[in-house]
Amino acid sequence: MTRGLIAALAIARKDLRTELRTKESLNASASFALVILVLFSFAFDLGREEIYAISGGMLWLVWSFAGALIVNRSFARELPNDCLDVLVASPAPAWAVFLGKAIAAFFLLILVEAISLLPFGLFYNIAWYDSAGSLLVVMALTTWGITVVGAAFSAVTVNVRLRELMLPVLLYPILIPLLIAAMGVTTGLFSGDAVPGSAAASLRLLAGFDVMYTALALYLIEYVLVG
Amino acid sequence: MLAVAAERVWKYFGDYPALRGATLHTKRGACLALLGRNGAGKTTLLRILAGLSRPTKGEITLLGQSAGSHESRRRVGYLGHGIGVYDDLSATENLVLFGQLLGVNEPAKAAAAALELVGLTRVKDGLAREFSRGMRQRLAVARAFLHEPELLLLDEPFTSLDDRAIAVLQTLLAGALRRGATIVMSTHQIREAMELATDVALLERGQIVYSGPQTAEMLADPGWLYRTYGDKGAGDRSARS
Repeated sequence: MTRGLIAALAIARKDLRTELRTKESLNASASFALVILVLFSFAFDLGREEIYAISGGMLWLVWSFAGALIVNRSFARELPNDCLDVLVASPAPAWAVFLGKAIAAFFLLILVEAISLLPFGLFYNIAWYDSAGSLLVVMALTTWGITVVGAAFSAVTVNVRLRELMLPVLLYPILIPLLIAAMGVTTGLFSGDAVPGSAAASLRLLAGFDVMYTALALYLIEYVLVG
Repeated sequence: MLAVAAERVWKYFGDYPALRGATLHTKRGACLALLGRNGAGKTTLLRILAGLSRPTKGEITLLGQSAGSHESRRRVGYLGHGIGVYDDLSATENLVLFGQLLGVNEPAKAAAAALELVGLTRVKDGLAREFSRGMRQRLAVARAFLHEPELLLLDEPFTSLDDRAIAVLQTLLAGALRRGATIVMSTHQIREAMELATDVALLERGQIVYSGPQTAEMLADPGWLYRTYGDKGAGDRSARS
């Protein structure tokens, strides 16, 4: 178990290091999030209340699409030089390889989300920093859900020729409950009219989703990676 | 004591049987040259031994452990078709990473020693993408030998290596044999393989048609094994009988 965690952290560090050097998915994902947020702010002439009403939904749609760009590279990064074979043949258990990849993708997506919060506040005039603590909890829970399911499907589609198309097709239907809950809580946080009971139920749903899909992915990943 | 025991291994890709009941036994300390033409099933068999693929049928044990188990992976070194190193990491970073994954006690120290062994100390901090092909191949060889594995699985290790990398690999293989490691290597370069091989196995259409010690005839004439035990040889033998 300890060896597995050490291996997972080593793989996560490796993924973050290579990504920060090449910025392959980081640039694409951050640019996408920024451009969409800016374009939406000019596309619709919305009143104050309407902006609050759509804020959570818009933010999570943008972040989930940006997340697909990041998780797409999770296992595809291992294809050059057949590095995936070396990882799978190593004594590191398959779940550790997967966990390392999910951790790296999580931090990259959190970084993209943090970068895009600033223009979001500016263009939509939403003081997200008033509820920064609660927002961080929602971001962490939802982002982990996106990255854990995304990394799992990244492993499933790694050898598929049209993986860039296949991954979103597989990913988004699974993410529907997670995103609906995250959108509701986030909108409530921004507008300040979150119903405590409802928000707590949504947070429980986010946490339950994370636990369920993390356990499922960790259990099944060996069957995915070893053909 | 057997290092590799593969019993009646079958592997189907769809309807196509890449391996058809292949049985292979290799003693500890032996160097087995796994020969066979393209498509004979050499890579499939090696990938199954390395735990990268599951057999459809059959049983495999490596060093007394089930193939693909944590314990067998820890004791096996694998060098496949790809070099298996990260282009955007330095030589040292690559080897330290694999040292951590392989459970090496002091990965940084082991990485430095391995780089010294393959003559890459001078460029230890250079990114692998900036290396020449030969240097990248030597880095891959260093990676495969990093944890001093008891069993080495090498898939066509001499293919497209430059002279220096071939010399490095042969030195490392000879050293591994001296310390009692077992080597299984698939190859088309029969002459290079025969310099080290103690045993030979010939794979034809997914079946092991010959497995045994290397003989003087094989050394003298690399084509002898194919002619005697391959398809044509089988035809000749049946015609004679």
